[in-house]
Amino acid sequence: MEYTHSVSLDRDKCKGCTNCLKRCPTEAIRIRDGHAVIDPRHCIDCGECIRVCPYKAKTAIFDKWEDMDHDKYLIALPAPSFFGQFAKLYDADYLVSALLEAGFSDVFEVAKAAEIITEYTRRYMKRADVPRPVISSACPVIVRLISLRFPLLCDHVMTMMPPIELAGKMARERAKLQHPELDDEDIKTVFISPCPAKVSWVKNTAEGEKSPVDYCVSMSDMYFRVLGVMNKPSNPERGSESGMIGMSWASTGGESSALMNDRYLAADGIENVIRVLDEIETGRFQGLEFVELNACNGGCVGGVMTVENPYIARVRLQTLRRYLPVSRNRLPADAPKKADEVPANMFTVVPLQYRNTQMLDEDRMTSIRKMQQIEQILETLPALDCGSCGAPSCRAFAEDIVKGEANEMQCIVRMREHLQKLLEQEREGSEKE
Amino acid sequence: MTQDALCFHFDVDGNNFVSAGEASVQVKKLLRQMGFSPELIRRVSIAMYEGEINMVIHAGGGEADICVDQNKVTVTLSDHGKGIADIALAMQEGYSTAPENIRALGFGAGMGLPNMKRYADNMDIQSTVGEGTTILMEFFVGE
Repeated sequence: MEYTHSVSLDRDKCKGCTNCLKRCPTEAIRIRDGHAVIDPRHCIDCGECIRVCPYKAKTAIFDKWEDMDHDKYLIALPAPSFFGQFAKLYDADYLVSALLEAGFSDVFEVAKAAEIITEYTRRYMKRADVPRPVISSACPVIVRLISLRFPLLCDHVMTMMPPIELAGKMARERAKLQHPELDDEDIKTVFISPCPAKVSWVKNTAEGEKSPVDYCVSMSDMYFRVLGVMNKPSNPERGSESGMIGMSWASTGGESSALMNDRYLAADGIENVIRVLDEIETGRFQGLEFVELNACNGGCVGGVMTVENPYIARVRLQTLRRYLPVSRNRLPADAPKKADEVPANMFTVVPLQYRNTQMLDEDRMTSIRKMQQIEQILETLPALDCGSCGAPSCRAFAEDIVKGEANEMQCIVRMREHLQKLLEQEREGSEKE
Repeated sequence: MTQDALCFHFDVDGNNFVSAGEASVQVKKLLRQMGFSPELIRRVSIAMYEGEINMVIHAGGGEADICVDQNKVTVTLSDHGKGIADIALAMQEGYSTAPENIRALGFGAGMGLPNMKRYADNMDIQSTVGEGTTILMEFFVGE
């Protein structure tokens, strides 16, 4: 199945500079004909290119508030990080009522679902048959990164459904219970997202499956919509339903620390995360039980569609959490009684599968021969990694040449040498005359 | 059908403990590009990682040479460190001469060489006290 991405390029704004080229952690970008081109096979939707583009040519694709059908029963699914965006929010209840005021029929916090996922993760961690360390599947960038680059870690990824998916399901169930007159089609769930990766996740649910999340709106879009109504003095009619644990998922370490097991590692920032995964794959960390990785600095509060500085948002959430109960969501009454049992419907249908997108050729002999050519070409390149050729490094350029996607004269250093040689020949020729 | 093996050379920096293990990460990427199976890559990268760490802890660094052909991957690790006096003893699980500060980091469990032997199909150690150690490991691709 074709993978749908949610990072795209505005060709008119793109100057063809090398900022995104150099920052892409999977080397998915090339500059061709003066514009950036993203290779969908390698893109993990991390949003780094959106962050670094000085011309705002990279955009994230989101649903727009205006485009939604407002006659439907719209349910807001705010991410926990949304609660850290507002300077004067002293109580989560006010944001929940502001969302209702802004036009939603109901609000179902993703933090609510996160508390249930935490409960089930604790159970999952009691199972002896799962490979350690268990890796969280909450950040979709990490899940895709592992499927493309870390074959040996695929079966470590906990295939439990992420909090947004559970939130979407539970929100629908609640709506149908409260309003039996509503059809499935009348209910639409709207995720308020800090990042483009979650959008891709929603668009790429397993074949035949329908995502329980219907729309994804960007956090910055909703921020301004809600801000206006929030400043009015009001007596919140409907309060938040999350506790400390659910809210803590917004920043790195929150998900892990809720497991009450200190043998965990929580890291963030895409470069750090790749280093950590390499080390786990090599067996560097012994005795590790759980790994939480977030592509953005600080965790979801550092998402590219957030409004507030991640470190400020993190402390605000800490303040909001201070007077909350530890958790306000328990497992449903029909949850299995066994202490290490997680119901099958909490897991995604397909376990994570490795797809080697880096292979030079299907045939190993040919691959080795191509690698030999790459090494030979690399010797002739200047090792500046300047990016002027349109590839992020001299090695990537050599690979592109061997794949037939670039030619040597695109290297400006090689080109200059070539011209120099021509000039000298010319001069020698004219001296002889 | 034969062809010249493709070789890669890496210097393992003995002064920088933090960078230890970087060569095996790079080798992993190269092997993936050449389409080797995850299982083979796992064996090569773990064995090579253990060897790299050993060179940093005991020998002040060294060199790693990796040669690849259709049928096998050969890893040669050589250093000019103090050498191994009793190879049979060094091969025993749990035997280690790593200093205390290294153990504090979780290394020095005496599993380095035994793990390398476990993951390689062939392993040969040549060592002279005071001159250095060369370890050759072969990994067969199999089918």
